[in-house]
Amino acid sequence: MNTKIATILLLSSAMGLAACSKKAPADIPPPPVDTTRPTTQPTPQVQPTGPAVGTQAHFAQAVGSSTTIYFETDRYNVDTQDAAALQAQAQYFARFPQVTFTIEGHADERGTREYNLALGERRANAAKAYLVSLGVDANRISVVSYGKERPVALASNESAWAQNRRAASVIIN
Amino acid sequence: MTKKFLLLLTAALVAVPAAAQDLGAPIPQDQQVESVAIEGDDDGPLRGTVTDESAWSDIGIAIPAFATDRDRPTPANEAGTGALGREVARVITANLRNNGLFKPVGPDSLPQPAFAQVRAPAYGTWSGQGAEMLVQGYVTARDDGRLVVGCYLYDVQLQQQLVREGWVVAPGDWRRAAHKCSDLIFSRLTGESPFFDSRIAYIAETGPKDRRVKRLAVMDSDGANHRFLTLGSATALTPRYSPDYSKILYLSYVDGNPRIYVYDIGTGKQTLVTENRNPTIAPRWSPDGKYILYSMAVAGNTDIYRVPATGGTSIKLTDNPGIDVGGSYSPDGSKIVFESDRSGSQQCYVMNADGSNQKRISFFGGRCATPEWSPRGDQIAFTRIAGDFNVAVMNTGGGGMRVLTKGWQDEAPTWAPNGRIIQFFRTERNTGRSGIWQVDLTGQNERRLPTPVDASDPAWGPIRP
Repeated sequence: MNTKIATILLLSSAMGLAACSKKAPADIPPPPVDTTRPTTQPTPQVQPTGPAVGTQAHFAQAVGSSTTIYFETDRYNVDTQDAAALQAQAQYFARFPQVTFTIEGHADERGTREYNLALGERRANAAKAYLVSLGVDANRISVVSYGKERPVALASNESAWAQNRRAASVIIN
Repeated sequence: MTKKFLLLLTAALVAVPAAAQDLGAPIPQDQQVESVAIEGDDDGPLRGTVTDESAWSDIGIAIPAFATDRDRPTPANEAGTGALGREVARVITANLRNNGLFKPVGPDSLPQPAFAQVRAPAYGTWSGQGAEMLVQGYVTARDDGRLVVGCYLYDVQLQQQLVREGWVVAPGDWRRAAHKCSDLIFSRLTGESPFFDSRIAYIAETGPKDRRVKRLAVMDSDGANHRFLTLGSATALTPRYSPDYSKILYLSYVDGNPRIYVYDIGTGKQTLVTENRNPTIAPRWSPDGKYILYSMAVAGNTDIYRVPATGGTSIKLTDNPGIDVGGSYSPDGSKIVFESDRSGSQQCYVMNADGSNQKRISFFGGRCATPEWSPRGDQIAFTRIAGDFNVAVMNTGGGGMRVLTKGWQDEAPTWAPNGRIIQFFRTERNTGRSGIWQVDLTGQNERRLPTPVDASDPAWGPIRP
């Protein structure tokens, strides 16, 4: 148990170093699969050549677009659509209890910088609270707000802002 | 009014390992600028003043090159004190012109007075050129390597010296003497407090909109002496100069989370504002530099806290399920204006410095964000959100609201030390390109500040000590 925690800590600090170049999950194609590395746990649901358990690609393959939930302007409530997505996430995290993850909270550019940092924090925590209510251990979930600093949609219109008001679950590996 | 103080865990400021700081080389600390008595015309009392605000923007001011007694090379300028005198006059001319306050004529289109004429102007020459005011001065090199800069303001019509002052500066600080001279002229002609000899901390931005690199940077009030303080591997945001310019508060993602750091300019070291696992944002100094305000999110809910600048126990000033964030002290330190969405949308509130008596002051249409109390105490600048984002001012009770800018997204006002000019940052639609702009309280004189790259989050410091 201690060894496992230590490993997670090591891996997460390595992630921290790489975090600056990491793009938002909804924006990237699945990374090339490392077939030389065996999966740490046999998973009948996933083909042997698919992404490894504990990777973002594996998570995205399992839950589809449900890795991310979206919010109305200035709101942080979990609506019906968000609830369905978070339920899909909760099922994944129940099936792979060794996986830890970060919820990244974001806001659109049409807010002031500091308020948006607080708003992103609120959104990420709303998603976390919902997952915890579904039985996911709170200790597996980190939260970080990026405010309006990391948009995925780059235009300045309603459609882009709707895509940027989000809480994205990102696997720590 | 419920007043709830929550004592947090006491924590001394803890040093962060240098390797994880994203910091560049420290910058040299300020040198002393020393006032010095200079010779001039002391005959009789001053007869005229020029403080009528309706007139001063039309005053024609001639600023010929500053003279020198003996042309000597200096570390500031190998071409010598004569050439440096021309540069000093150019800096003063740019200061007075760029701020839309006067219509100065600079050294490149004027005759150059001889050293002896600095104290005895050829009034006939200048009145013949239509000048109403005349700025003359000199630059001399002392044997110890320091420079003496003398600055004289004359009323050409009255044929009288209005004011004079001199400074001894290190050669590298020659621009400060030009700013001091600009301040002397500005204050004498307008009756307002000075502001040119001041610095600005801000965020330098490069790269595409989705991978923007944001670095902490500083510059003089006119954009000169620019320095990057962080390397850009971690996002830096929202800096604030301490009142004595010895430290900068800012937000950095250097450990992966948004946290406020206190960067010590002299030592180049930085510490966390509070040792806590929760994210901290929106740092502010108290006017005396003894306290720091910060906002901290606990389980998603952001409130405003105060901590002694030397570290110690934090006190929670707001306790509300809404987002309470930011905060700006009144100049006497007795009140704080801050932003909260407790009513359902961002609005501005005032409370006593101990957190008591919280009252909403903004009741006009739209939202009120990022309030900043004027150093004069009479106005609050803020970001008004009503469709577009614009910089506006109101009195401290929330009345007399005036919108000063017309951009698509003008955000985060910061006051000049004299409370007459406001800087802010303007973001372009779609591209996300940003720049620092400034506007005076009439809203008439707006201009973009020159920065080497895109820029946001300006924070104007006080007059330099």
